[in-house]
Formats: sequence, structure tokens, C-alpha cells
Amino acid sequence: MILEMREHTDPVINPETEAYWKAANDGKLLVKYCMECKEPHFYPRALCPFCMSERTEWRETAGRGRIYSFSVMRRADPVYAIAYVTLEEGVTMLTNIVDADPETLRVGQEVEVAFGAAANGQAIPLFRPPDATR
Amino acid sequence: MARQAKAWIAGVYEHPTRKAVDKTTPQLHAEVALGALRDAGLTKKDVDGYFCDGVAPGLGGLSMAEYMGLNLRYTDATETGGSSYIVHVGHAMQAIAAGKCDVALVTLAGRPRAEGVKALGARDHGADMPERGFEFPYGPAVTNLYAMAARRHMHEFGTTSEQLAWIKVAASHHAQHNEHAMLRDVVTVEDVVNSPMIADPLHRLDCCIISDGGGALVVVKPEIAKALGDRCVKVLGQGEAVKHTNGGRVDLTWTAARRSGPIAFEEAGLTPADMKYASIYDSFTITVLETLEDLGFCEKGDGGKFVSDGNLISGVGKLPFNTDGGGLCNNHPNNRGSMTKVIEAVRQLRGEAHPKVQVPDCDLALAHGTGGQISQRSGSATVILGRSDA
Ligand SMILES: [Zn+2]
Repeated sequence: MILEMREHTDPVINPETEAYWKAANDGKLLVKYCMECKEPHFYPRALCPFCMSERTEWRETAGRGRIYSFSVMRRADPVYAIAYVTLEEGVTMLTNIVDADPETLRVGQEVEVAFGAAANGQAIPLFRPPDATR
Repeated sequence: MARQAKAWIAGVYEHPTRKAVDKTTPQLHAEVALGALRDAGLTKKDVDGYFCDGVAPGLGGLSMAEYMGLNLRYTDATETGGSSYIVHVGHAMQAIAAGKCDVALVTLAGRPRAEGVKALGARDHGADMPERGFEFPYGPAVTNLYAMAARRHMHEFGTTSEQLAWIKVAASHHAQHNEHAMLRDVVTVEDVVNSPMIADPLHRLDCCIISDGGGALVVVKPEIAKALGDRCVKVLGQGEAVKHTNGGRVDLTWTAARRSGPIAFEEAGLTPADMKYASIYDSFTITVLETLEDLGFCEKGDGGKFVSDGNLISGVGKLPFNTDGGGLCNNHPNNRGSMTKVIEAVRQLRGEAHPKVQVPDCDLALAHGTGGQISQRSGSATVILGRSDA
């Protein structure tokens, strides 16, 4: 069995996060960086959660990371894998793993960003093994 | 010399229903309030402080105070999910110590079974919830969020499914003696690991039950406790803490019990080794395992070994836990566990637990609650309780 794309819940898009979702539609995964304390954070916010600076900026990630942990929802239809993925940039984000056999998933596995779609067409960042074929 | 306490628990009550098809949620709140007041030997006229969670019906404390006809000079509706009621015990203690109230009533009630609510999906707190778009699309459920904590704990410390299963085995040994428990069959490690996988690595028997019902506590000032007699129990220490994803610095191997526990123990002037009994919120087996480590009952990473071979079974192991069967087997009103944890700890300290599970000479006990989801944002609260002569 290969974990498929599924239709995702529409995210609520607001002025604080619309750049993230627009970038996703262009195939890019962004994180927020703080220009005061120099730390990236996720999920993105207008104010840095570490130092509360208002000087935060969007940066594009390389879209690569490793699985920190995951769980396969065996009883869901279709079966899906939820995961935390730690990006090379240092933040860990909630996501789904797709285009992979659930039996082969492991903590520490390399993954790269891919994009699924919400019901309204909004692109949603997901991750898949780099050698996965569609 | 007996320990001093700023507040005492004078009355407790656990609603016997597990499926309340013919009762409303406000009615359940009032029935548990009445039960706890009767247990204390007080009436609602004595109540001047009221505490409930953030999901109580209507306008919470305002609606419930009106429904029950309470005349209040203090109210608090701190909401930290399933840990709320142990937070309320601490807040009631502080309010009593500050002279803001003398008799504090804490209630919990809910009907997820009667309403057919699945405990699987993430709770929707509206379009304004800041994490919404970054979590909801991915199908977070209570089960898979706790499962990710279990997976990471297994990865870092070698914890096994069989070790987690021992927690359910211990709870089931206790539940067989509780006539109100939803699940009364004793199960084995094999039964747990052979039960259907829900969100791997968690099996069906690693998950708590869904039940209706509720519970209530009455917290009073020391002078009132003295007048009410020996069945009152001392609140010796309480701690609470919050954990979240910290800007994307996620570590799923520990809970906020790592902070709430030491605060409670320090206030009580006691250590984990002093505890004769522990009620630990058991939403899932992994919740108990991480909590025991975080509270200092064993080293971080050693929880699997600690819970194995019946160490949590009363009369068998070193740390009897959840002798009512806990949320894994007995009762889990409104998907929130810390109220019943306090109630069973009070029964143990009074010597009123079932004789088959009563801990001999139980003078000091701990109750702990975890609320929210330990893989996202969660609250932890710990309370140390002592028998009247402790
Ligand atoms: Zn900063």
C-alpha cells in the first residue's frame, strides 16, 4: 500500500499568514525568521515567539527534513500518516507523509516537501521520500 | 507533628452513570455537586466559591451558578483541558488562603457517549485559533497525537508496546473490583498488543474509554475541615505548568509534569518516594509512562521498566496507581481525567477504596492530570494530598 494524497481541510487564511499560503501555491515552503534574535519559528507569526520582536521576515526553506515522529491512522479511509518533520532550517512542523509505504516509514527518515490540495484548491505542504515516484 | 495545610478536601463524589441518555449536562453538574456536598456534610448554602472548566454549559460558571442557585463571592473557570480540576484545587487553595472564599465547589460533567461525540477529531476552537491552518489539514486526532509521543519515546529510549501494555493490565486488575467500571475484564499484555491498531504504535487497549458522567470536589478552609472531622484530606502541595510546540522546537518525550511535579512536591515538602499511592491521568498508556518519569518516580527513559511486571498493581508493585480502574477502564467523564484522579486519591487516604485495592496505611498520595494533547499544547497539574493525621 502507498499512502495517497487526500483532500485536506481548507486552511483559514488571514493577513498574518497569507504569504505562507501564496508561496505554497507556487511550490515553496516558507518559515518565519526573527531579525532580532535570529531564530526561525513555526508555525509562522507576526511577532517572534522567542523574543516578541515585531521584526520578523519570511524565508524560503530548502524543503528538506527528517521525520521526527509519525503515526499511521490504520482505521481511516484512506489510511494516512501524520508526522512531525524537522526541517534542515531547525524547526519542526506537523504534516502528512505521502507516496510512501507506511510499513517502511521510520524516525529519522529523509523527506522532501510535496504539495497536496485542500477542497478549495489551496496547496498544502506535505512530505515524501526523496526517491518516491508518482 | 502533623503537617499544616492551607486548604482541605472535605467532600468528593463520582457520578455512577457512564451513559447519561436521560439527563442534561447541567443536571449532571448539579447532581455531582449535591453528592460532594452531602459527602462533606455541607449544603449549597455553605458554598461561596465555585470552579468549573471552560466547556461547562452556557456561560460556564455564570450559567451553572444560576442553575444551582449558588450565592458566590469567588469564581474561576481556568481551562487547561483534562488537567483543569487539579488546577482548580490549587486555585481554590489560594483563594481560601487569601480569604476570598471558605467553601469552594469544583464540578465536572459531560455526555460525549450520549451525544455520540467521537473523541477522534481535533477540537475546533474557531477561525481565530492561530495554529489552525498549520494543523487541521493534516488530520490531527487525539489518538495519533499521543501515538507520535509514544513512537518518539520508543525511538529514544527503547520503550516497547509490551511495556506500555502493563499500564492497561494494572488498570484492569483494579477495575475488576469496581462495580461502576465500564471495563471490568482483567486483560494481559498479549491482549493489549493483539488488540486492533488504532494509530500506530497505539492499540485499542492503549486508549481510554469514552464515558458520560462527572465528579465534584469540595475544598474548605482548615477551620471548617476541623469541624467536619477525620474524613477531610489535606491539600499539601499543588503545581501546574503548560507546554506547547515552542516555535517548532518539538520534543515529545516529556510532559509539563516535569515542571508541575517539582512545584507540588516542594510546596508539600515531600518527594516521590513518600507517596503511598498515585492517581495518574491515563488518557493513553503513554500518558502514564511519560508522567511517571516526569514526576520523578523513575529516571527519564526508564518508565518502561518501571511499569512492567505489575509494579503499578495494588498489593503487587511498589507504586499502586489508579485503583478505581482509571480512565483506561473505569470512567472518563467528558473526555477529561483529573477529577476522578483526585476522587480516588481521596478514597485511598480515607481508607474507603475497595478492600481488594486499598493501600494499607495510605497517608500520602498524589493525583496528576494532563490536558490538551501532549504532542501539541498541554497543561499538567499535580496535587499532593495527605490524610488528616499525616
Ligand atoms: Zn526573536
